[in-house]
Amino acid sequence: MVEQLAMHVHGEAWTVKELFVLPNEYIYWSIQIVMYPFMTGLVAGAFVLSSLYHVFGVQKLKEIARFSLVFSFALLPVAMMPLMLHLQQPFRGIHVMMTPHFTSAIAAFGIVFSTYASIVAAELWFVYRQHFVLTYQSLEANTSRSGMQNLWRLLFKVLTLGAMDLSHEALEKDHKAVKLLAGIGIPVACFLHGYAGFIFGSVKANALWMTPLMPVIFICSAVVSGIALCILCYVIVQEARKFMAKRKLSRWANDPNAPSYEKLQGAEKQEVMMVSDYLLYFMIAALTLELLDLIFRGYTQVKSWDILRTVIMERDFVAIFILQYALGNVLPFLMMILPGRNVRRTTIACALVLFGVFMMRWNVVIGGQAFSLSFAGFMHYHLPIIPHDAETFKEGLFGALTVIATPFVLFWFIAKVMPPFLKEESH
Amino acid sequence: MQRRDFLKNSIYVIAGASIPLSALEFLDPREVLAKNPSIHWAFLIDTHKCVGCGFCVKACKTENDIPLEANVTRTWVERYVYTKDDRRYVDSPDGALHGYTESRVDLGKGEFKEIDPENVGKAFFVPKLCNHCLAPSCTQVCPVGATYKTDDGVVLVDRKWCIGCGYCIMACPFAARFFHPVEKVADKCTFCYHRITKGLETACVNACPFGARKMCNIRDINDPVTKVILNERVGVLKDEFGTKPQAFYIGLASEVR
Repeated sequence: MVEQLAMHVHGEAWTVKELFVLPNEYIYWSIQIVMYPFMTGLVAGAFVLSSLYHVFGVQKLKEIARFSLVFSFALLPVAMMPLMLHLQQPFRGIHVMMTPHFTSAIAAFGIVFSTYASIVAAELWFVYRQHFVLTYQSLEANTSRSGMQNLWRLLFKVLTLGAMDLSHEALEKDHKAVKLLAGIGIPVACFLHGYAGFIFGSVKANALWMTPLMPVIFICSAVVSGIALCILCYVIVQEARKFMAKRKLSRWANDPNAPSYEKLQGAEKQEVMMVSDYLLYFMIAALTLELLDLIFRGYTQVKSWDILRTVIMERDFVAIFILQYALGNVLPFLMMILPGRNVRRTTIACALVLFGVFMMRWNVVIGGQAFSLSFAGFMHYHLPIIPHDAETFKEGLFGALTVIATPFVLFWFIAKVMPPFLKEESH
Repeated sequence: MQRRDFLKNSIYVIAGASIPLSALEFLDPREVLAKNPSIHWAFLIDTHKCVGCGFCVKACKTENDIPLEANVTRTWVERYVYTKDDRRYVDSPDGALHGYTESRVDLGKGEFKEIDPENVGKAFFVPKLCNHCLAPSCTQVCPVGATYKTDDGVVLVDRKWCIGCGYCIMACPFAARFFHPVEKVADKCTFCYHRITKGLETACVNACPFGARKMCNIRDINDPVTKVILNERVGVLKDEFGTKPQAFYIGLASEVR
């Protein structure tokens, strides 16, 4: 009975206090707040990758660029999900958009997020307009349409927004618009994520979070995680296509123009090698900044260093130095720079990088709450695994898995309308 | 009527109609009273007088509907024990709701430490509550403006508007905030606003048998409590955060954070 009543205090279910912790202190920001910067980071990173092709014209990235753009769009709604899941009053979440209080770093979220969402949506529309029109026209030409096809026809008609012009000039304009939007999108994507870093970095009460480096660290690790996820998913999808091409399944059964197995393999290798170079550059930047922050804290030794050193060097040593730095940074870095790099090794490295970035978010969010404001006590976080009420589901393992799974489900649906591996018509 | 004229006239009507609407501001008499600049609430704690009985915590929880058994509290009392061999122990079991009736120190995780009374160098109690800062970081970070500072200097939370994001809880350097176990919104000490605006004392001041807690209007220089704050040597908690706390302490030790 006592335990049941005590459960009503938010955070008590997963917080264990040690030594002197103030009575109201709990780990209020739990796994979903780890997921929030992780997911926004993926969104921003995927977009930056797609922009490398659209803005800077890195031709070799043509295929993965479009893939990343669609994936970024699928990830977008998921960036908001963890925030909604962690709110104590989720139905009031909309207040942030409707009555923003602009001295708060969170208040701008609505504006930054919707600006970014409109840019991605607009860019996608310009990229896929031709596809929409062609699909609509072919469905329109089909006189014996089934009910389902009628619905598709209607959907694509709506998606064209009435812009049916496929002349050379019109398509040229489309390309220009894509380039412009991708150009504007890069700073906005960086802002979206840098500002997630600002939300943490500006909490002056938290000794671990408060550093002006936080936004920059977040941007770099965002790009790292976004690129790594795009490589990983791209390889998985390409492997599936290669599998189907080999066994003449699906599209390869009847379409003579479908890309051959060799062609797919060649494209895959080329794109992955190219992108992993960019991944390395951003990894160097991210790691440098993170280490700079750590060294600076250790060197200046302000009041909070005593407790931070205990947390970083002793209590969270495994999570920070083994899981995050060694397994998530150094090992994949070596895997990618040592000679004989191939697609398989890069893919494994990317999975490790993703894990490393996740651990970095974990160590920032949970690590920042691992010590008391009294600097005389510690708090341990126990991730709820088996949920026994709504709260331990939402802010437990299964809540986090729901957030991770959603973009893939969305991607599957979006890919039906905007196939990422579109046959090249005029690009 | 031409379409041009119609549009023109519509704009005139809308513009004209919006002026008196914006001019009409409904004034709540209570709001006018609260704007009274001659009142600014402040708190004075004399740590020498506190004995750690916990009556203030009990009174506060009862007065403000914070479940007694919930492990969160708007005010609490900390115990500091320094041994002669230079060890420091701090605890605040249940926020001192039941008072310090035991000599052993709570180390968390269900562990306790018995301290030899002969070995105690010094020991004292420090009551804590929201400092109702002049420059509060909690109201700054609220994304919807649900927590705010009244003109008479009290930081409050609008329970109907709080979205429960926890940013204010994170931003408070004093851990004065928590999620209300029943209301599911951010909660904190209100200086018993419902009482002080009626001329009553706060529940904790009222319950303190030793006069360790006192409240005053810091703008009233004839108030005896104000005189203490203005004339004696008083300190505030964690001034390095620049929030300008309005709860003043007599006999504050540097180890108290």
